[in-house]
Amino acid sequence: MAVENRRLGAAMFSPAIAYIVLLIGAPFALAVMYAFSDARIGSPGFHFVGIENFRSILQSPSFQAALRNSVVFTVCAQIIVIVCSTILSIALEKPFRGRRFVRFLILLPWVAPISLGAIGWKWILDSIYSVITWVLVWAHVFKPYSAPMWLGEPHLAMASVILVHCWRLIPFSTVIMLAGLTAIPKDIPEAAAIDGAGFWRTLFQINIPMMAPIISVAVLFGTIFTFTDMTVVYILTAGGPFDSTQTLPSLAFAMGIQGSDLAAGAATSLFLVPVLILIAYFMLRAAHRAEVA
Amino acid sequence: MAVVEARNLTKVFKQGELGAVNNVNLETREGEFLVLLGPSGSGKTTLLRMIAGLETPTSGEIRIGGDVVNQLTPRERGIAMVFQSYALYPHLSVYNNIAFPLKAQKVPKDQHKKKVEWAAGLLGIEKLLQRKPRELSGGERQRVALARAIVREPRVFLLDEPLSNLDAKLRASAREELEEFHDRIKTTTIYVTHDQVEAMALGDRVVVLHQGVVRQIGTPREVYDEPADTFVATFLGSPPMNLLEAEEMIVGFRPERFLPAGLIAPWAPLGEIAKTLQPENLLPVDLQSSGNRVPLRFRVQHSEFLGAERILYGILEGTRFRDKPVCARVSSSVLENYTADTTYDFAVPEHELQFFDAKTGKRIPPRPVSWQ
Repeated sequence: MAVENRRLGAAMFSPAIAYIVLLIGAPFALAVMYAFSDARIGSPGFHFVGIENFRSILQSPSFQAALRNSVVFTVCAQIIVIVCSTILSIALEKPFRGRRFVRFLILLPWVAPISLGAIGWKWILDSIYSVITWVLVWAHVFKPYSAPMWLGEPHLAMASVILVHCWRLIPFSTVIMLAGLTAIPKDIPEAAAIDGAGFWRTLFQINIPMMAPIISVAVLFGTIFTFTDMTVVYILTAGGPFDSTQTLPSLAFAMGIQGSDLAAGAATSLFLVPVLILIAYFMLRAAHRAEVA
Repeated sequence: MAVVEARNLTKVFKQGELGAVNNVNLETREGEFLVLLGPSGSGKTTLLRMIAGLETPTSGEIRIGGDVVNQLTPRERGIAMVFQSYALYPHLSVYNNIAFPLKAQKVPKDQHKKKVEWAAGLLGIEKLLQRKPRELSGGERQRVALARAIVREPRVFLLDEPLSNLDAKLRASAREELEEFHDRIKTTTIYVTHDQVEAMALGDRVVVLHQGVVRQIGTPREVYDEPADTFVATFLGSPPMNLLEAEEMIVGFRPERFLPAGLIAPWAPLGEIAKTLQPENLLPVDLQSSGNRVPLRFRVQHSEFLGAERILYGILEGTRFRDKPVCARVSSSVLENYTADTTYDFAVPEHELQFFDAKTGKRIPPRPVSWQ
């Protein structure tokens, strides 16, 4: 019986192990190997070159720009996402007519495949067919010939990428925050009301501090999603104009796959590892705190 | 300090359904400890929440200190409330929990420390000020909640079952402390409980609620000895009052007044009783003197030993009330062993009988009963 159980356990477990080893472990090991080599697409063999790749990458302006962009995108998107999803979760907590429908609508962006969503946004922000431009022209904010090129000017392109990241993450974050908000016992805000606290004091001194563990879970998840994402950048701007929206993942893809310099691409993507390990550590700690609270 | 009044207060949660609170009228006295007592679902907490301003009345009026407060928010009513769960702010230290109402009510900052220390001192929790609520025991949390309530010196105290989360032993001592506390601060207090012992021990007056309706308002003695109807009669007292239904009325008597016939010596002088009984089973004078007693044959079916007393369950034999279930509460110092399926001679002093209208259940004046 015990032996049979152990076998069954191993059998049930093996798909998960196979998945991790084949789809995460092997590529990761390969990336580490390539990062210390001079591997290129098309050349059969490769030699180990030590930390040469890292040295040259660190000196390249496009890598520095990509690192900066990754950080800017992630931080900006997270700030906007947290503010919006906090507001949304508070608005959606109290029952009102049609609340379920609104919740459904808000969750939609999360359900749609990211690539389809990004393609949709590409049209919305297109230089010729943009509906946003059309509306702004119609409202006489811009003249038809001087309308902004949402994806064609460096700052607007960055803002557009951040916007799409926010659009993508707000639903997810809102759902997490709603869970956190409903977990606060009802009598605590009531006690605050009786103690004389108004809406803002209750929000900032009671509700938000009590939601802190769950907010940090939402932030860390969001950070990982934004920091490692290349779909949005790749589809919207492909890193352009002039590398102004290039992020670490999209740069790694551009160098390693499109530029066929596997070694440089691998080294670039390896830079994500320490950051992500740090985030994962904090995420587990925050999740633990949320459980305890 | 202030008087709280409720006038025709009604709360209906779902239209078309019976209200949680129906047409309640009551008025506290200055500095009074008023207890709202009722079973769960009787509307006592809803009533309290309406007074606090956490629930909007469907109709009726609430007055605090003479002013109608229906339209005021909780913060404008000058009340403090202690919740059943205490509702301490888990992320704030005890000090900041107690200081929170001061901050919220914009009390000048330099007074905070003094006031928090005063409130903490009143409740003996000065040593806990730096702790977080999760590091406190149930009793300590309850004191922090009280300190938080008292710190801004409210006009009215509202307490929602503050002792129900404590274990039985702690509850007794907390009850005593609460009583002392009220004696010291003398603030009008409204206290919700489903526990009759708490209600009797703490209340200056008790409001008995049932299905959102006030059944009786009176001192603990009044609601116990002169229950307004059969609900109050059976809700108070444990075990409840024995009720014997006849066609025209209901006769009731308390189990502790339904005693072995030998114990009730109606015409014997006090000295003689003292000879036959141990000092601790001396019965109150009014049980021994004056008036007749009603002898009843009591067939014991089973008994519960509760330490200080025994509860005997059984049925009556003979009389027109034969086979009616009744119970008796006999002090353990009565040495007689009551065995099951044996019939004993019991009696009730006649003046202990309570009378209720058979149709309405309302109390009616004493009248002759034909027992046969």
